[in-house]
Amino acid sequence: MAVALPLRAETGLRQKERPTREEVSALSISQKIVDGLIEHNVNFVTTVPCKQLAGVIEIVEKTPQIMHVPSNKEDEGMGLCAGAWMGGKRPCIIMQNTALGVTVNTLATLIQFYQMPLPMIISYRGELGERVACQVEMAVHTKALLDQLHIQTYHFHKPDDVEEIGAIIKHTFMSRKPTAILTDSNFWGGY
Amino acid sequence: MIRSEVFKTLIPLISDQLVVCNIGLPSQELHMMDDQPSNFYMLGTMGLASSIGLGLALSQKQKVIAIDGDGSVLTNLGTLPTIANNPASNFILLIIDNGSYGSTGDQPTYAGRKTSLAKVAEACGCDNVIECKAEDTAKVMEAALKGDRMTIIVCKCKSGNVPVPVIEMDAPVIKHRFMEEVKRRNA
Repeated sequence: MAVALPLRAETGLRQKERPTREEVSALSISQKIVDGLIEHNVNFVTTVPCKQLAGVIEIVEKTPQIMHVPSNKEDEGMGLCAGAWMGGKRPCIIMQNTALGVTVNTLATLIQFYQMPLPMIISYRGELGERVACQVEMAVHTKALLDQLHIQTYHFHKPDDVEEIGAIIKHTFMSRKPTAILTDSNFWGGY
Repeated sequence: MIRSEVFKTLIPLISDQLVVCNIGLPSQELHMMDDQPSNFYMLGTMGLASSIGLGLALSQKQKVIAIDGDGSVLTNLGTLPTIANNPASNFILLIIDNGSYGSTGDQPTYAGRKTSLAKVAEACGCDNVIECKAEDTAKVMEAALKGDRMTIIVCKCKSGNVPVPVIEMDAPVIKHRFMEEVKRRNA
């Protein structure tokens, strides 16, 4: 895929500081995700960190069109998003799939019950290439939980899948439902 | 004074304000006493009134009052650092602290024992926290509404409930009329 960022080697830095192809790819993907948010007027983002989403969070924080309010837990973040939506903003939550368990009640009784749109950009830990065995324990429940909750789900597995981000955001606000975008390790170019 | 008596003293002040009200009896009492399009009633999701209120306050200009309970704040204690670090001058969090889980049978909360929510809020970085007696709540609320600072009010009141009907309004209807009201006030 096209890489917009210059390699650090070209700016005269030492060879060992040169980012790997995977790092450049992840940075470029992060930018494309944020570009998709901006293009579809998402202007309120709450985040709970994940290593895979660190690049997205960093760009969100620096983006003047987006109000970034980090939250301590994902259900709290969904509450912030619900308030922001009712206040006229277009919200989004960025989180890890391991947190899906703690958000089931909030998704059902707040976001779905009141018919609110909520794009959820989720790092899909525990998939191929994972090094931490415990992450797999929630990975095996991730799609089952989303399916049980009737949440429209998109799985980004290849870097080019990022091109769909805009259409998914648009669809989420049209349908006034939560939407899960699962981004796995392969999509991010490995761990 | 119990919560519903505190509400009675507050209604003249908050009736025309945007209010996000906590799940269970608080929403049912407010709905019974003074239903307004400017009230957002939570029908589920214990603990998130303060988060919804903060999100709303950060997203538009009108003042927002979130009415929460001590049990609900304890459920979502992470909300206090978020509120402290993202101050909204138009946000008032009123914690009705009756030391009990009122909607589930008045079981005691830790806030009614050793834990001070006012001190927790201060330790989290909230810099305008006022703890008051139930009888003084209206006076404190009036000052907060006149002021231009984010305010956390911890109202210490007695545990107890009055019989109230459940809210029959559909959730999307509550949301829709509230959003229309928010839009109208910000136009």
